[in-house]
Amino acid sequence: MLFESILLTIITASTPLLIAALGELVTEKAGVLNLGVEGMMVMGAACGFAGAVIFDSTVLGVLCGTLAGTATALLFAVVVLGFGANQTGAGLALTIFGLGLSGLLGHSFIGAKREPVSMLFIPYLSDIPFFGKVLFSQDAFVYFSFALTLLVYLFLNKTRAGLNLRAIGENHNSAHVLGLPVLKIRFWAILFGGACAGISGVYLSLVYTRFWSTGMTSGKGWIAIALVVFASWKPGWAVVGAYIFGAASVLQLHAQAAQFNIPHQILTAFPYVATILALLIKSIRYGRMAGAPGSLGIDYVLD
Amino acid sequence: MADSSLHMPGSSAPAVENTVDDTSPPLVELRGITKLYGSLAANNDVHLTIRSGDIHALLGENGAGKSTLVKILYGVVEPSAGEIFWQGEKTVISSPVEARNLGIGMVFQHFSLFDELTVAENIAVALSGDWSLTRVREEAKTIGETYGLTLDPDRGVWSLSAGERQRIEIVRCLLQKPNLLILDEPTSVLTPQESERLFETLNRLSAEGCAILYISHRLDEVRRLCRTATIMRAGEVVRTIDPRRSSSREIAAMMVGADIGEVRFTAAADNTREKLVVSHLFFRSEETHARALNNISFTVHAGEVFGIAGIAGNGQTELFDVLSGEQPTSPGAVIISGMPVGDRGIDERRKMHAAFVPEERLGHAAAPSHTLSENTLVSRKDDDMVRTGFVVFRLARRLARRVVSAFDVRVSDKDPEARTLSGGNLQKYIVGREIIAKPELLVVNQPTWGVDAGAARLIRQSLVDLSREGSAVVAISQDMDELFEISDRIAVLREGSLCPPRPTGAWTKESIGLEMLGQGGEGVSP
Repeated sequence: MLFESILLTIITASTPLLIAALGELVTEKAGVLNLGVEGMMVMGAACGFAGAVIFDSTVLGVLCGTLAGTATALLFAVVVLGFGANQTGAGLALTIFGLGLSGLLGHSFIGAKREPVSMLFIPYLSDIPFFGKVLFSQDAFVYFSFALTLLVYLFLNKTRAGLNLRAIGENHNSAHVLGLPVLKIRFWAILFGGACAGISGVYLSLVYTRFWSTGMTSGKGWIAIALVVFASWKPGWAVVGAYIFGAASVLQLHAQAAQFNIPHQILTAFPYVATILALLIKSIRYGRMAGAPGSLGIDYVLD
Repeated sequence: MADSSLHMPGSSAPAVENTVDDTSPPLVELRGITKLYGSLAANNDVHLTIRSGDIHALLGENGAGKSTLVKILYGVVEPSAGEIFWQGEKTVISSPVEARNLGIGMVFQHFSLFDELTVAENIAVALSGDWSLTRVREEAKTIGETYGLTLDPDRGVWSLSAGERQRIEIVRCLLQKPNLLILDEPTSVLTPQESERLFETLNRLSAEGCAILYISHRLDEVRRLCRTATIMRAGEVVRTIDPRRSSSREIAAMMVGADIGEVRFTAAADNTREKLVVSHLFFRSEETHARALNNISFTVHAGEVFGIAGIAGNGQTELFDVLSGEQPTSPGAVIISGMPVGDRGIDERRKMHAAFVPEERLGHAAAPSHTLSENTLVSRKDDDMVRTGFVVFRLARRLARRVVSAFDVRVSDKDPEARTLSGGNLQKYIVGREIIAKPELLVVNQPTWGVDAGAARLIRQSLVDLSREGSAVVAISQDMDELFEISDRIAVLREGSLCPPRPTGAWTKESIGLEMLGQGGEGVSP
């Protein structure tokens, strides 16, 4: 059934975006703009794939990818929080660094292949026609991405630590005079963002393509950052955004296959154009940075 | 990452001593506090003693070291030397959390609130982790009822007035049962009625044994409310006095070190030339949480100062942006010297000899990392500093020097960067920069916000002088005393609407305050 298979590929395309966007969302809620998502993601993809091949284990591959994303984020955290470097510059540098280093690390794994990861069939529910296949017969990452959405939502809105994090992102000077540990919370938020980007990268190399190629993230990290803005820094909306974009990127593939008389470059560009349009429509309707944390991207320097 | 290490340590305020007792050790005593920033001593050998139940004023001009001192007391800034004794015991306060655990609460001048969080969240964030939002809601309600500080816990802070915001800060402190409450310029954003309510609360707290350290520029208030006053100048304590026994003028002289005098005010010349006409102005900004302007009309004549009063957030910024041309409107809504300019930009309006001083000194009125002479160039449309397309910096520097000397701007360097100037000095510079060009229309937003008495007097005098030379001046200000001092006519801006202007003499502080709160009109004012 074509419709069902399209839906399944949309889920596969959307999941990595959702995971990376949730990580960046938490980082930005703490007031840190990390533009290095692409770099952290591609590091996760390379190291995750390498780990899975070396240890012949998907689980260890996921672990390696997550650690690689976190380690890349650690570098960013040290530079930005420890040395007070400009966030925009450091983030851009991190992306370039990650793309370069991952190419080096992944070089000897080009051409290697991995078996598909196993699907988790939820008993009984997965037997329901259509819905069972679409909703309850996915790989672990898909369930994880939805659980993560819920957890991020609960953390931000229902826990004290989440309240502190939002307060710090909203106004770091006020947070400081109230005695909130600005740097410490930002540090963990940045690492969380890195871990998520890493997992998202692993998903690309182990599930989405099942091979490693240099620069294989091809801008998905940037789209994750745009999704955070689109979602107005709300986890639930990140799901919507991720699936709209995922759908756009899958549908353009089908459009190419259908051989309309349109140059394939235009179709390939379609998801990115969709991202720009989504941001444009949103900014026209709600103002440029509606919902943005007040201290987002602003350097934090103590007296 | 929701691990417990992110929670703040539990606060356990010591038991409150509810008696004023001069024989027991004072509640807090600062001995020889010194704080150096490079070679500059923000505080130099400061001694200060506060007893339980005392309302103690801390007075001084900007840069006298008051803020640094309270930051040290609240654990935000670490002193370079000196000791703090709390209830007779030597203590080190190294963070705000420790200060709160001792029982020190602080209400900040520029509130330490988070706009996008709700009232209850704003309170909870300053408390220890064992305060749930439900408990905060309940106890805030109880405290609110006891002290007349009513708040809706679920409203977003961005939607609240300055008075309501301050209530949040006070409730936040009171929930921790403080022994010492520090208030930094608490009434600068309040209406007279709101101030009265605050004083009632403070007197009540003091009667219950809470000590209050009260920082203010407003000497009348201090003389009414406080029993002790410590006066600081240039980082040092000048004297400690009983403010009830000195006149405001005497206290001001101690603060400045010289008599500052009053603004000389002559009656406006009868002038019917209309310099600025605003008619049926409707405006809605696209910024988040902006206030819409609703059918504003007024006329300003040459030779007068037109004051616009109102509590912050009632449309002052939006009105200024429309008058200056930062935000375009329909052409006929703003008419300068007979020309409809509502849709024209700032430059075009400047060419018609209009000048504008926005509220934000750094980043808006002046580029922080540019020198004063460069900052002079940007607001000038005169071509006399540009020759065949090139800037003649020599002329710009000469002009900057003229502003510096004419407006008594104190600079450390010949042509320093704007950000290195103190707030008051920079304000003198940016106002001076416009006035020295003798504009026919000057619109200034919050002319002396956060500026000390001496600089404020100079700025106010120069606004009055400019108008008496035949220019029209529009002053938007939250400081009512200032408007009474300089304005010929005053109108009140509330929720984006402007009340009909009246001559200054026809207003009283009470009637303006009521108008600000929306309770003006016939027969209400006492």
